[in-house]
Amino acid sequence: MDPDTTLRVDGVTHHLDLDPRASLLDTLRQRLGVMSPKKGCDHGQCGACTVLVDGRRVLACLSLAVAQDGHEITTADGLSEDGADHPVHRAFVEEDALQCGYCTPGQVCSAVGALDEFARGWPSAVTTDVAADPELDDAEIAERMSGNLCRCGAYKGIRAAVADAHREVSR
Amino acid sequence: MRPFAYQAPDDTGAAVRSVAERPDAVFLGGGTNLVDHLRLGVVSPGLLVDVTALTSTEITEVGGGLRVGAGVPNSELAADARVRSRYPVLAQALLSGASGQLRNMATTGGNPLQRTRCMYFQDVSTPCNKREPGSGCSAIGGSTRNHAVLGTSEHCIATHPSDMAVAMAALDAQVLVLGPDGERTIPFTELHRLPGDTPERDTVLEHGELITAIDLPELPMARRSRYRKVRDRASYAFALVSVAAALDVDGGVVREARIAFGGVAHAPWRARRAEEALRGATVSDESFAAAAAAELTDARPQPGVDGGNEFKIALLTRTLVATLRDLAREEA
Repeated sequence: MDPDTTLRVDGVTHHLDLDPRASLLDTLRQRLGVMSPKKGCDHGQCGACTVLVDGRRVLACLSLAVAQDGHEITTADGLSEDGADHPVHRAFVEEDALQCGYCTPGQVCSAVGALDEFARGWPSAVTTDVAADPELDDAEIAERMSGNLCRCGAYKGIRAAVADAHREVSR
Repeated sequence: MRPFAYQAPDDTGAAVRSVAERPDAVFLGGGTNLVDHLRLGVVSPGLLVDVTALTSTEITEVGGGLRVGAGVPNSELAADARVRSRYPVLAQALLSGASGQLRNMATTGGNPLQRTRCMYFQDVSTPCNKREPGSGCSAIGGSTRNHAVLGTSEHCIATHPSDMAVAMAALDAQVLVLGPDGERTIPFTELHRLPGDTPERDTVLEHGELITAIDLPELPMARRSRYRKVRDRASYAFALVSVAAALDVDGGVVREARIAFGGVAHAPWRARRAEEALRGATVSDESFAAAAAAELTDARPQPGVDGGNEFKIALLTRTLVATLRDLAREEA
């Protein structure tokens, strides 16, 4: 028998009997109808499926759903509170940080995760002195968002949106 | 994908027993490589034993060094203040690997056990001795840009893809392992194998053995250490070549060096000949290049339909010189 799995997705609890082969991404989209995480490559190379698990950004395509038992999953949809857009949502609109929009929910979740990591003082590969607290400049944003590809090439707007949201949330 | 069973046991002992008693069972850690391989058909186990909630997620002080639980995510290890100040080469190596999302998933115990990114290994329609022993090597004479130049065999020229492992090899880390017959400790530099005539075996671990922690020994000289990675794009790509190095300099003379290479061999390549060549040498680009030459004496670049990988000799030499030059400048 497949194990019983409890997933909490965007604040709603679901009890599921799952095939162990089911990815978190397919479970969200096909079983639960949560459509904001997108399937781009299904191999962990594009970032379109990025969601937050217990507040940390991860790839839903490389996560087995059965292994997420008891965890809190937040998609780009679930970032809204009381119907109000998240500061990262608003910044993406303001900065025109998308064209077709397919990668956007993944970009948004990744940006929320990246800003949280930065707030914790985590360094990145472009941080000159890893022992010191980094500054969030354009190069840092580009590096921290490198796991999210955008085929439309909206990177300039995406970087600007992440910088805007950072100013907003750290105000 | 072939059906498999899933277990999440209560402790590491039960997990080890579950895997040990079934030849077709495997451990599941962060899953970043295994889940992809299940989907590609590279592996098809009958049982996945989830250890993510079982191994320690703590980094603790042990005898002047640090013990890193196998469950510590790569991102948290790179962010640890003690690692950043005492072993910057390790923080930099971790941060240069994969993406923010993958570093949150990948674990300390799983990272060294990821498989090669050789495109023939990952493509089940092509022969590969690592995936299917005896079927032949498609890489030899094929596209070899991403392949090894050191320690290859006629059966396999794959590289080990981990950045973290290169830093761990330079730092003389120790791997704590729990198996069906009890615990043992393996020097990190002896964890990975060269391919020889059994390229299907990446490491010396026996079936059922689980990495429970990695120890970083006390190493004051590692406070001045660096990781430099050269790749085909600025981020989110595997190394063509990489260098992990620590340098202890006194009055313009090298007292001691710790060096390991990535992207050039089936294992993270500890460069002991280069270290030996540097001991007592004057700090200069010439002696740094001579150290690279000493290590690369036995290098065998591969011809290939893509132009081959002879470029790695010059690229690795320049990368080592640049890394050591930066470290020497830091000392001054």
